[in-house]
Amino acid sequence: MSKRLETVFAGVTFKNPVALASGTCGFGKEFNEYFDIQKLGGLCSKGLTLHARGGNDGIRVWETPSGIMNSVGLENPGVQHFIECDLDRMNSLDLVNIVNLGGHSMEDYLQAVEILNDYKLDILELNISCPNVKAGGMNFGVKTEMAREVVREIRKACKHKLVIKLSPNAEDIVSLAKACEEEGADGVSLTNTFLAMAIDLKKKKPVFENTYAGLSGPAIKPISLRMVHQVAHAVSIPVMGLGGISTWQDAIEFIMAGATVIQIGTASFMNPRLAVDVIDGMERYLEENGIENLSEIRGIL
Amino acid sequence: MSKILENQKITEDFYLMKVEQDNDASMGQFYMLRAWDKYPLLSRPISVYDADEKTVSFLYKVVGQGTEIFKELKSGDEITLDGPHGNGFPDATGKIALVGGGVGVAPLYLTAKKLKEAHPEATVDMFLGFSGEAMLVDAYEAAADSVTVNVGGFVTDDIDPTKYDVIMTCGPEIMMKVLYKKCVSVGATAPLYVSMENRMACGIGACLVCTCKTANGNKRACKDGPVMLGSEVFGNE
Repeated sequence: MSKRLETVFAGVTFKNPVALASGTCGFGKEFNEYFDIQKLGGLCSKGLTLHARGGNDGIRVWETPSGIMNSVGLENPGVQHFIECDLDRMNSLDLVNIVNLGGHSMEDYLQAVEILNDYKLDILELNISCPNVKAGGMNFGVKTEMAREVVREIRKACKHKLVIKLSPNAEDIVSLAKACEEEGADGVSLTNTFLAMAIDLKKKKPVFENTYAGLSGPAIKPISLRMVHQVAHAVSIPVMGLGGISTWQDAIEFIMAGATVIQIGTASFMNPRLAVDVIDGMERYLEENGIENLSEIRGIL
Repeated sequence: MSKILENQKITEDFYLMKVEQDNDASMGQFYMLRAWDKYPLLSRPISVYDADEKTVSFLYKVVGQGTEIFKELKSGDEITLDGPHGNGFPDATGKIALVGGGVGVAPLYLTAKKLKEAHPEATVDMFLGFSGEAMLVDAYEAAADSVTVNVGGFVTDDIDPTKYDVIMTCGPEIMMKVLYKKCVSVGATAPLYVSMENRMACGIGACLVCTCKTANGNKRACKDGPVMLGSEVFGNE
């Protein structure tokens, strides 16, 4: 492989700018049965919380035209279990180890951050945007001033590179991203899923027990791309772009819109080897167009 | 891509598709099937009805967008099979009951066949429940020692769980739950294995949308199951 795809994000070197998105790839074990996951530039862990969570009841996935809605509800084994069972393996891989952390109170976030401070990892991706946790995950990511306070407190406590994962449901995603930058975040990633709804006509009830769920997949790509473009132009910290990327062409679009790294999520369910196809396609595109490094086309629009 | 050898209509809603595929599929496992490029977005988890080393067959019910596409496929068409996935039913011998409801009868054919092959001395009794018309009864009769068919009623009424060493079931969750409760109430000692059919997305254990909250903690239907003990799935309700 050439160095065409090599990318530096907030001082962390990615051999290519393609990561698997949090919540779609567990801790990397399952996809490793399909391809050597060390072909990836990075891997975002399943969203962790301080304590283990069983996740939501009822139906957790619903297909839509060109997308899916999910309501998993941050099912995860908790930070401590992750450290004991998965962290060493993730660190031993030749890729950027991105640990995703969620929470439903400031205290929980801070305790988890402090536990993780004692361990090696490459980037901490802070989820302030999961729409599934009734206790308030949504709120942190919706209002700029609430997000600012969370980022401020966590920045003070966190020794790791800190990337804030933004919700497209934010009141003003550009001002929220700027607040993250002002409070010392090393980068932002966007977008998480769009709050959505489905109704079961037979039961005359919402499909999901939580009423609303998160929409992802190619259906959201044009909107996520627009948001990445707006945010990348408004902040000077690097942006990880995600939201419906399902081809190498989509990935190049996000790079042109200003993303430094891209993440693939739902599209891995269409084809578990998709991330490798995207990496290969990007490499080929650069080669055929005489582009020495992705940075030549990053943010050109 | 694998070549479709047959795709035959069995009853109004049910089809049987035979696909050329080298495999080591065992009873109760499933494949993720896909016969399109991008949409519908998700592949469809379908359990193995029958398999030999070179072919896999799927008995499926047409219920939505994906299976509507499957039913139009002709022999010679291609389909992507990813699998086999899941743990499948355990090996067993002695007096065995297999209880199926609706499309849940599908994995029980290979199960009966494999159990009889491995243990000629075992007795395999099948109880098959259908809401509409019965199907493939001749095939099931050839695989098992006896087949009891129930159309329109409750197949769980037909079985005396105390007569068996092990019971395996696949069907609507409510049917499997009723069977579990019946086993408990009559004091059956046979372990009851249930095959869960929760909605799935990735099919490989990564996305956690098919989680079953069991007495032994959360389990992924696709990776830790689909076969679980009835007592862990329904025991804490």
